Amino acid sequence: MASSIYVDIVSAEGEIYSGAAAMVFVPAAAGELGIAPRHAPLLTTLKAGEVRVQPAGGGEEQLFWVGGGAIEVQPHLVTVLADTAMRAKDLDEAAALAAKARAEEAIKDRTGAMELAEAQSELLRAAAQIAMINKLRKLKRS
Amino acid sequence: MAGAKEIRTKISSIKSTQKITKAMEMVAASKMRRAQERMRAARPYAEKIRRVIGHIRAASPDYRHPFTVERAVKSVGMVIISTDRGLCGGLNTNLFKAVLIQLREYQAQGVEVQLTLIGSKGLGFFRRLKLPVVSSITHLGDKPHLADLIGTVKVQLDLYLEGKIDRLLVVHNRFVNTMSQKAETLQLLPALVQDTNDLQDRWDYIYEPSAAELLEGYMTRYVESQVYQAAVENVACEMASRMVAMKSASDNAGKLIDELQLIYNKARQAAITKELAEIVGGAAAV
Repeated sequence: MASSIYVDIVSAEGEIYSGAAAMVFVPAAAGELGIAPRHAPLLTTLKAGEVRVQPAGGGEEQLFWVGGGAIEVQPHLVTVLADTAMRAKDLDEAAALAAKARAEEAIKDRTGAMELAEAQSELLRAAAQIAMINKLRKLKRS
Repeated sequence: MAGAKEIRTKISSIKSTQKITKAMEMVAASKMRRAQERMRAARPYAEKIRRVIGHIRAASPDYRHPFTVERAVKSVGMVIISTDRGLCGGLNTNLFKAVLIQLREYQAQGVEVQLTLIGSKGLGFFRRLKLPVVSSITHLGDKPHLADLIGTVKVQLDLYLEGKIDRLLVVHNRFVNTMSQKAETLQLLPALVQDTNDLQDRWDYIYEPSAAELLEGYMTRYVESQVYQAAVENVACEMASRMVAMKSASDNAGKLIDELQLIYNKARQAAITKELAEIVGGAAAV
């Protein structure tokens, strides 16, 4: 089938999604990337953000959250190797807010450069999670 | 009652052994369940990244990462993953047998072998073979941590980069099901080419950012996930194998107890009969 591309999303904790899609959007390191079937082979890294999958043959768009990782694109195959990933509806707002507060706290009373870098990346992840939760909420309302 | 007392002590000693093996069986069963979950969770990632790396191997790029370049094999590195504790049936023995067969083949070809040993059983066994052991780690516990594993395997990776070994293999037990585990050899480096039938003949990736930087990241992830997967799978095998071994030990102890009980009863009966005969004989003599 030329009009669909097979998507596998896996994280170190397990398989998240596997199925045919009409279009996939991923947060690539250089900006958001839309992948249609018959895309040229591509290797790149991902930053924290959302992965959107439009299933082949219509159906509701699927949202996933990834905390960074890597992606391989082949003309008929997309493999998302996420460091951490979850289905968007499993995102926990309270946990994300707590993580953000913790990261901000850590940045304030920084003790070492290593810890600062860690806290900053933690903050970015938390912010991406919260942004996604807000977006989900808007989607539901409309 | 000749021998009856000895038989009784033997029965009670076997009974206490049976209690221990039963307890070990139950502990292994619950640990196996958790180990299996961990293994199942890690499997998709390991398989997918293997596929991606296989594709990278199949590409015809301008830049090749050293981990994807095939060289003439003069020296081989082997990572052997075994258990830390015994009493798990023939698990380690089967694994070591598979390794020995390969070692013999390499020796026949005049290929040198350098070992990395994970698990104290493997360390104990292969130390006697007087082969060069470049690194080893023991007592990882039931939840192997990536950091510990990587440190040990890194020694081999460095040897590979320096050109001191031309191939790196990982030997571990593959979990088929609870009843059967199979020794498996996985070629870690250079990465293997995989299912390329749906790919074009000559093509290359678009790299974003640079190829060198990207591939470095992919290779680290690849090695980590493969080694971790092998270690986790080996733990699941250990637990399953121990559970089965302890179950058969408990069953055997039960059989032994039944047999001894029969002998004990016979001995007791014979003693009573003999005493009665003596009393009757004595009464008749009066």
